Amino acid sequence: MSNLEQKPFNVREIREEFPALRQQVYGKNLIYFDNGATSQKPKLVVDAINLFYSKENANIHRGVHYLSQRATTDYEAARQRIQRYLGARKSEEIIFTKGTTDSINLVAYSYGSMLSAGDEILISAMEHHSNIVPWQMLCERQGCVLKVVPINQRGELIMDEFDKLLSKKTKLVAITHISNTLGTINPIKEIIQKAHAVGSKVLIDGAQSIQHMSINVKEMDCDFYVFSSHKVFGPTGIGVLYGKEDILNRMPPYQGGGDMIARVTFERTTYNELPFKFEAGTPHIAGGICLGKAFEYLESIDMEAAERHERELAKYAEDMLDTFEGLQIIGEAKNKTSVVSFSVKGIHPFDIGTLLDKQGIAVRTGHHCTQPLMDFYGIPGTVRASFAFYNTKEEIDTFVTAVERSLSMLK
Amino acid sequence: MNLREKQEEIIQEFEVFDDWMEKYEYIIDLGKDLPQINEANKTEDRLIEGCQSRVWLDSNFSDGKMHFSADSDAIITKGIIGLLIRVLDGEEPKDIATADLFFISKIGLQEHLSPTRANGLLGMVKRLKLEAIKHISAS
Repeated sequence: MSNLEQKPFNVREIREEFPALRQQVYGKNLIYFDNGATSQKPKLVVDAINLFYSKENANIHRGVHYLSQRATTDYEAARQRIQRYLGARKSEEIIFTKGTTDSINLVAYSYGSMLSAGDEILISAMEHHSNIVPWQMLCERQGCVLKVVPINQRGELIMDEFDKLLSKKTKLVAITHISNTLGTINPIKEIIQKAHAVGSKVLIDGAQSIQHMSINVKEMDCDFYVFSSHKVFGPTGIGVLYGKEDILNRMPPYQGGGDMIARVTFERTTYNELPFKFEAGTPHIAGGICLGKAFEYLESIDMEAAERHERELAKYAEDMLDTFEGLQIIGEAKNKTSVVSFSVKGIHPFDIGTLLDKQGIAVRTGHHCTQPLMDFYGIPGTVRASFAFYNTKEEIDTFVTAVERSLSMLK
Repeated sequence: MNLREKQEEIIQEFEVFDDWMEKYEYIIDLGKDLPQINEANKTEDRLIEGCQSRVWLDSNFSDGKMHFSADSDAIITKGIIGLLIRVLDGEEPKDIATADLFFISKIGLQEHLSPTRANGLLGMVKRLKLEAIKHISAS
């Protein structure tokens, strides 16, 4: 497995690695501020996808021929690379899924099947729908009870309320590491310690954290950590469920099919070992290999410097936007990442997003799959600019000017 | 003016714009000029819920012709509603039901009527046509 050398953080050099950033839309240089939805891909990943389908394509596991063995080796090497990056104890703890949503559904179905009526699941008011609905469905199936930790106006969890809601009845705390809408970074270390103290397991939704900071699941001590490949510079259609080995071993399979079995007869089927027990059917082979490439790329990035750069971008953008009349930043947590959500009095976010688009700027507008959070703030949605480490202050200057122009047209 | 002529007139109007921002400036002005639906008429049955913006549509039928009024919480959506109503208002149900709204793509706004845009406009056109069909079958 090759390794790239880690270089001093240089945004110009980083941008060179991302072909999608070098294009024009509507005759303007593209400014891509929709990284919370999905990230662009480095050349290393794009080339690997091309290479796989040009030369390396084969089905994995059990193949006797050259290509199959090579694809299997590469796929499993990707798993090991992800294990190392996340600081997991074993590669068996890395389950490939379709993405964050699929990972959460797997846990809700499989771990959830071991819960009983009256057991409680604790989530927060800032969760993405994909960390709400699977638990609601579980509650319907098993008679469990869903409890929601409220937030304050700044968009921070009210930890006193968390303490009150946490009890011996709590069997799982499922909480986002970073809010996709607000950018709030939650105190997961404290949450995990407190949850473990009452015997609850903890699932961390890492969809918005894996691309912004170094993650070490062993230090974090979470029981599950889930994320999507496409938000962390890898391909779409694949993601990861990290789970502690002993818990995964106790959990029943989620889906049945090929690859997940040890032996099938019509009378009785025995299941494969981890991680294959949870990977029924032919997986997204190219996706897994190329997600490995995305982590190879990430290993070459000084993540601490990248995180500092992203936070500077967010602060810079917020300070300028704050001067606009009627504009309110949604999500003012003390500890937040590079997400800038805002709403403007009397102006629909959709209108602002449409006008920014025509000025070459990609942002997201709407409820960001967090409708309960929008209800809390009493707004239909926000305009969300979410930055990655390849974004620049110059882009933010252009963005702020474009927001100003849009607002003057809409007022 | 018939349906086709009304659409061609709009296409001509849009030809003077050099860039997207001018075009949208005009659409925003149309949105601002479109009379609002009476708040009391913004009822659930008139609401077309989009994921992004919401549209309310009110229609009535008199002297063999359909009349529409509509509103939206987003001003660009409302401007496009203004264009749609300008084309379809006062037409006979059979013409509305079969109307090919070719002007939308000619002026470059087809993205607003795509199923993925979720601004309520596509739903509004469908509803509008359904209302027209009802009156054809009733007569």
